[in-house]
Amino acid sequence: MNALAQHLPALQVVVPMLVASLVVLLRPRGLAWAAATAASVLAFAIAVQLVQAVLESGPVGYLMGSWPAPYGIELKVDALSALLLLAVTGASVLALVGGRDSLDSQIEVGRQPYFYAAWLLALAGLSGIVVAADAFNIFVFMEISSLASYVLVAGGTDRRALPAVFKYLIMGTIGATFYLIGIGLIYMMTGTLNLADMEFRIHAVADQRPILAAAGFITVGLALKAAIFPLHVWLPNAYTYAPHMVTAFLAACSTKVSLYVLLRFDFLVFQDNLTGHAFQFTAYLMPLAILGILVGSAVAMFEKNVKRLLAFSSVAQIGYMMLGASLVTVAGLTAGIVHIFNHALAKGALFLAVASFATVAAGLRLDDLRGIARRMPWTFGAFVVAGLSLIGIPGTAGFVSKWYLISAAMEIGAAGLPLVVIILVSSLMAVVYIWRIVEAACFAKAEDEPAPSASVSPVLVAVLWLAAAANIYFGLVPGLPLTLAGDAATELLGHLP
Amino acid sequence: MELLGLYNYWVFAVLLMIGFYAVVAKRNLVKKLIGLSLFQSAVFLLYITMGKVEGGTAPIFPEAGAAVFSNPLPQVLILTAIVVGISTTALGLGIVVRVKEEYGSIEEHEIQEIDER
Repeated sequence: MNALAQHLPALQVVVPMLVASLVVLLRPRGLAWAAATAASVLAFAIAVQLVQAVLESGPVGYLMGSWPAPYGIELKVDALSALLLLAVTGASVLALVGGRDSLDSQIEVGRQPYFYAAWLLALAGLSGIVVAADAFNIFVFMEISSLASYVLVAGGTDRRALPAVFKYLIMGTIGATFYLIGIGLIYMMTGTLNLADMEFRIHAVADQRPILAAAGFITVGLALKAAIFPLHVWLPNAYTYAPHMVTAFLAACSTKVSLYVLLRFDFLVFQDNLTGHAFQFTAYLMPLAILGILVGSAVAMFEKNVKRLLAFSSVAQIGYMMLGASLVTVAGLTAGIVHIFNHALAKGALFLAVASFATVAAGLRLDDLRGIARRMPWTFGAFVVAGLSLIGIPGTAGFVSKWYLISAAMEIGAAGLPLVVIILVSSLMAVVYIWRIVEAACFAKAEDEPAPSASVSPVLVAVLWLAAAANIYFGLVPGLPLTLAGDAATELLGHLP
Repeated sequence: MELLGLYNYWVFAVLLMIGFYAVVAKRNLVKKLIGLSLFQSAVFLLYITMGKVEGGTAPIFPEAGAAVFSNPLPQVLILTAIVVGISTTALGLGIVVRVKEEYGSIEEHEIQEIDER
């Protein structure tokens, strides 16, 4: 076991990637799903092991083929990566276990093996981005995960997903190519692709123009991938028309992984090397974060389709994470990183609930959900719990990150007060858009009570409640994500005076 | 003429912008993909250029003493990026075929009209 334990960072990527190629061969119905779920559960177990190792003894490094670090390829799992791994693999497990029936009905039977292979490749790519400590490997994994998620989004039966995924493909590729230009320019100046080595060598050339251009290219490219306002236009349609479980999986983790790379570059590689970078980072990204929060919440308040509503709410939530990071303090960064985890919990649970609604309701417009609370009380209960967590009611996970965000904003003095107001206002907006769904589901009367059609599978309801319970658990006992986020923030800001 | 001496980089920038223009301005999905392909190819040129050393040869152990080598690493990196580019274009074209099947058009504004109907 011990011999295997030291290979965990590599296995995190290798397991889903290898199983993906096998899954294609599993033609009998249901077998591909079972294999994909088993691989996801294994990946989750590996992630848990890695989190334990990181908590006990700090970052876990791994040298591919035992080649020493700047020359060979290095994998590294530190507190930030560990937290992200937990979110990515956890979301995959919940969506697959709970989504068996939902996916079975939305994906053509003959295509299911390919679909699950793409799912595992997306999982492998996302985990790969998080464990890689090498700029070019991050690019390759980013493209693996993106190509796989285009397939996932377009995998359903809704034809409107096709134009949406085309837009996603164009914008995603532009983002990744900008990132590629950026690391090319850095490689030109430093001769290295290893992130730690890059940070060390960039000192000598920090005042050169290619490095500045690289910082711009990388920040914009990753902002596109992370759907930071105003580069979010691909996100709402892609999330709305994707198969429901794909939305639950991708909404919980895919944009956040790009945000992770952005934080990595801006804080570890650039921050203390480029003069005035901290100021530029704040001056450009904070207004965007604030606009994202306000515009995303405002649009969500008027949206009629539940999935679109939640997608726009995601744009706002990404704003919170950016806002925390753009304060450039340990407290702010901790808040932003905790929110990455907590938002994954809340949004994942919400989209699982939406998938559950979809099995019974005729559609996903607010009008279609009238009176659904009486027909599916359990699903609705879990939806409300996750909605409260999204708003940030005390006792839920969402409260913890908002509380930290507000205290971080207060910490910077008088300038922080408008930020606190903005956070409070947008939380009220969140109350409004969640309330609209609750109102429709609970109080509006369905015009004609439709005959009770397909009932929702008990497994999905159980998984949904597990996710909802996690929202409450991490709201009452926020120790694990807070410790990891705190460690990550100190690590990212460690070299600042 | 230092400015013109770096003409590879000028070609890179011009190609990049032509590709980007096509992606943004064209409404035909296939033309958009052609633009995207051009956009990615420009980056290949950037990488190849930065690895080139004037008078440098392939980095194979020389028979007679020291020789000047071109840096092979960017070329290796760009091989990977080319594969990524091909996959993206292939997947994009696949999506365009599906769009044509479902909507009967590959013009962006026509698809939008059909969806709004």
